[in-house]
Amino acid sequence: MERDVKKEQEYKNIAQKYEPKPALLKNVVMAFVVGGLISDIGQFFLNFYLSRGYSMQDANTLVSITMVFLGAFLTGIGVYDDIGKFAGAGSIVPITGFANSIVSPAMEFKREGFVFGAAAKMFTIAGPVIVYGVSTSIIIGLIYYFLK
Amino acid sequence: MAEKKLGTQTVKFKNPPSIIAGGTIVGPKEGEGPLRDYFDMILVDDTYGEKSWEKAESKMFQDAVNLALKKANLKISEIDYLLGGDLLNQIISANFAARQLNVPHFGLYGACSTMTEGLTLGAMLIDGGYADYIIAATSSHFSTAERQFRYPLEQGIQRPFTSQWTVTGAGATILASTGEGPYITHATTGKVVDLGMKDANNMGAAMAPAAADTIITHFKDTGFTIEDYDLIMTGDMGRVGRDILLELLYKEGYDIESKYKDCGIEIFDESQDVHSGGSGAACSAVVLNGWLLSQIQNGVYKKVLFMATGALLSPTSSQQGESIPGIAHAITISTTL
Repeated sequence: MERDVKKEQEYKNIAQKYEPKPALLKNVVMAFVVGGLISDIGQFFLNFYLSRGYSMQDANTLVSITMVFLGAFLTGIGVYDDIGKFAGAGSIVPITGFANSIVSPAMEFKREGFVFGAAAKMFTIAGPVIVYGVSTSIIIGLIYYFLK
Repeated sequence: MAEKKLGTQTVKFKNPPSIIAGGTIVGPKEGEGPLRDYFDMILVDDTYGEKSWEKAESKMFQDAVNLALKKANLKISEIDYLLGGDLLNQIISANFAARQLNVPHFGLYGACSTMTEGLTLGAMLIDGGYADYIIAATSSHFSTAERQFRYPLEQGIQRPFTSQWTVTGAGATILASTGEGPYITHATTGKVVDLGMKDANNMGAAMAPAAADTIITHFKDTGFTIEDYDLIMTGDMGRVGRDILLELLYKEGYDIESKYKDCGIEIFDESQDVHSGGSGAACSAVVLNGWLLSQIQNGVYKKVLFMATGALLSPTSSQQGESIPGIAHAITISTTL
């Protein structure tokens, strides 16, 4: 059957009419509140580590380690997806979301074995973030080097 | 000359097979839904005591067949053919269940339309004189479908309002060459229709054009009118798909709203957070073999147009930017000939 572009456009208009709209305002507010709370927890740990006499650099590293642990732990006990359901980007963007994106496929694919299951699938979602994150930082680093 | 063919896409059976039994098994969430009283078996645990969800799904498929056999008081050795399929790659749930069942098996893939695809072919085999007893069966599982088509379960993401919830369950129907009905009298086989929808989270919109095409063709081929039917039921259009389908049909002069129901809308309550409704190959299978058969047996409906609907996408086709083709197969179930 030949594609009928006009018919497809007409249909798209009909279909769009019945598509429920996402609750944009609610989603934005929830993302702000939950994302903010996660950042508050991070700040709490930063202050805590600084008060224990760690340097700023060490305290920053320790906060990342703590937050990744919390994200992974909450994923493991099946809570993080419930937070994500109403928080949206609020729980995806922070480093806890990154931990969630690695732990959740690892849990799910361990039945296919630890090598080609858990280990291989672990980075299906996080992998692209790492690839493009590292690539972007290299490009920016080069630009900075030559413009300096 | 195909003497049993009506119009372009419909067959009228000369010796219409009887539906003699249906077996159903569903997961815990479906067991909390409004149709819970109509299922033969409700799982407490969606792994069904197995090590993986895939194994659980295959076991459900096998047990739905066994439940139906028990109701019909038949042994598997008396079955001529099993026509079965599911949503997983290489239809492993059906094939692995058939490995245990030890019965001649045709594996089918029609996505969520597989239930009526199997019933259509089964009815043809019986009417053609090739079989006395046929089993048509399908299964799906929320967790196996999610990991094949979407994201890991514990991934913290939001599901769009247009998305549907894959039904965990399996349903099997036994057709017989002799019996007291209800009969499958007609079958309209759908064409693959694609109007360019690409959103894998909006299957209702992808399937609606195929569903409308098969319903209109069925009325044209058979000469039936909407008044001839007590109920017109689709497999898994969901709330979004239903609204689009009703508008497409209304534009062509068919106002079916007063007779219309959708398995995907009926199986879950709105409070169960399934957004547009249920979906999956088991959605139409468990509603047909559970709720609908009992309604027909109790005389609530005498003539029903039942149509399972499928979205024929794969993760590969979606990633390559292909649109989602839809398909729908309709059968007429009637208590009289």
